[in-house]
Amino acid sequence: MERSFIAKNPSVLVFLAILSLFTIAVTVLSEGFGIGVISTSFVKTLGKTLCLCLIAVAMDLVWGFTGILSLGHFAFFGLGGYMIGMWLMYERTRLIVVESLSRADIPPTPSEVVDAIGTQIFGVVGSSDFPLIWAFADSLVLQLVLVVLVPGLLALVFGWLAFRSRVTGVYLSILTQAMTLALALYLFQNDSGLRGNNGLSGLQNLPGVTASQDVVSIWFLWASALALGLGYILAAWIVSGKFGLVIRGIRDNEARVRFLGYSVEVYKLAVFTLTACIAAIAGALYYPQAGIINPEEIAPIASIYLAVWVAIGGRGRLYGAVIGAAVVSLLSTWFTGGQAPDISLGFYTIKWVDWWQVLLGVSFVLVTLFAPQGIGGLFDLWANRRHPDRHGTNLGPDDSSLREKEALE
Amino acid sequence: MSTLLEVSGVSVTFDGFRAINNLSFQIGNAELRAVIGPNGAGKTTFMDIVTGKTRPDEGRVIWGEKSVSLLQMSEARIAQAGIGRKFQKPTVFEDQTVQENLLMALKNKRGWLGVLFYRPSGPDLDKVEELATEIGLKDELTRKSGELSHGQKQWLEIGMLLAQEPRLLLVDEPAAGMTPQEREHTTDLLVQASKTRAVVVVEHDMEFVRRLNCKVTVLHEGSVLAEGSLDHVTSNQDVIDVYLGR
Repeated sequence: MERSFIAKNPSVLVFLAILSLFTIAVTVLSEGFGIGVISTSFVKTLGKTLCLCLIAVAMDLVWGFTGILSLGHFAFFGLGGYMIGMWLMYERTRLIVVESLSRADIPPTPSEVVDAIGTQIFGVVGSSDFPLIWAFADSLVLQLVLVVLVPGLLALVFGWLAFRSRVTGVYLSILTQAMTLALALYLFQNDSGLRGNNGLSGLQNLPGVTASQDVVSIWFLWASALALGLGYILAAWIVSGKFGLVIRGIRDNEARVRFLGYSVEVYKLAVFTLTACIAAIAGALYYPQAGIINPEEIAPIASIYLAVWVAIGGRGRLYGAVIGAAVVSLLSTWFTGGQAPDISLGFYTIKWVDWWQVLLGVSFVLVTLFAPQGIGGLFDLWANRRHPDRHGTNLGPDDSSLREKEALE
Repeated sequence: MSTLLEVSGVSVTFDGFRAINNLSFQIGNAELRAVIGPNGAGKTTFMDIVTGKTRPDEGRVIWGEKSVSLLQMSEARIAQAGIGRKFQKPTVFEDQTVQENLLMALKNKRGWLGVLFYRPSGPDLDKVEELATEIGLKDELTRKSGELSHGQKQWLEIGMLLAQEPRLLLVDEPAAGMTPQEREHTTDLLVQASKTRAVVVVEHDMEFVRRLNCKVTVLHEGSVLAEGSLDHVTSNQDVIDVYLGR
């Protein structure tokens, strides 16, 4: 117990090594910094995948370790994206407006500049005034603070209300899903202040940066890899200590933890809020690479996919979540991108663009039924780790010891 | 002897069924008490009320020298105040080792920040080992508790209770499913524990209660039917009618 954190968690070191190697390899093979084997658009896909791995780590913390099946973490992811998107869009539009107005005979007043920016951004939803929520959009620092603050506060308030009322299990999942849906529907409205279903676009262009996308994509890959590395270390540190024992205890037997004197609700709230912040940071790194964010991204289905990734990768182990997110989302890109070869059966041709969802659904069901440890469980076979699974087996060496079923009655 | 816990005039109704009916109960510091009664007598509900899981419709539950009411407190607060509970079926955290189970129960800061930055210190680990020795699980410290036998799990749970250093221990059927040798060890553990704190044992098994050799409270239909030594209550005609005679 008294060994150092790394010695106790060798998987962290292995993970960081693989992540570094991956980042270096992509950089060397990229168009921006290397020999140009990997296209810039694929670099962006890889960078986005790293962000998805980060939110999967957050999901594993909240679901795999604490047992809260949240179907709302993509809402926090999306909100993080919106927060950074507001600054990106405002600042870029401002530069364009200032540039075009500078050719006028009379120098524009500051209010004319703001009006012109407003017309540019909100013309698409038939408005030209800045809504209140754009108050800080001209400040990068403040919007970066909001990336964490807005989703964090939402999670705190929502979690406080839900956990205080002791809503658990599937009811909590439904509640989180309802929150996500409500947020998405709200953002779809033109007068929500975030351009309705148009969303925010052009986010890949960093204001004031003249470097090409080949280079910028690599910057974001580095930033995403760094965020994933730090997030992974943080999560591993949290679950390796006594806090980890308590949240796993909450997952396995909430009432028992309560009678040990731990305030279960506070722990759940802490984990829920922290993971919401991690998800928001992942989102803030994801959307500048995607270039566009709209309310569709926040729809409940995204959060359900997240749960599927973590389940397929293996709940309750951080590397499992990362593997699941990476494998499934990259496969998804491959299948839905039209690269997967169609399979001709003579009477019917399987087009993967249509059938990928079915394949994903079936693999989710199969993993849940036959391999609850997920892909990560393969490492157990390799490391020969044992799990206490005594369901139905003799509980003890003595003849008089009861079988589990009897003992539980 | 000063009173540690006083339950007076407590009633609770579930959908019209009166599980506890005007129940009064007292226990002092360093006292061992057995609570017996037929199924449905309200033994488990009584524990639920004391530990804050169930709120009574009426009555008072008063705790400690300062006479604080437990009725407004959450389960976690009551546990922190010094009441530990052992459930009927052994509930240990099966996915965690014996050592981890005991460490989690060990009396320490319970707030989430304190726990987040907690790292086990030498004295804490020594204490865990000491406890493990006491409950006979010293050699199993690094095993996952899910692999333990039924009796060992029961002891681990008692060990977790002791690690909390509660002033009152509520133990629900500790000997269920144990071999005679295991029962003897359990009796020793409970008698030992009651030298420094109050212990309430709910039990069906008369032989086990006899070995505890302590004051007995008989519950029936949610209230106290008789109280006194085992010989005294077993000779009580009411008790024979409702419980022993069957």
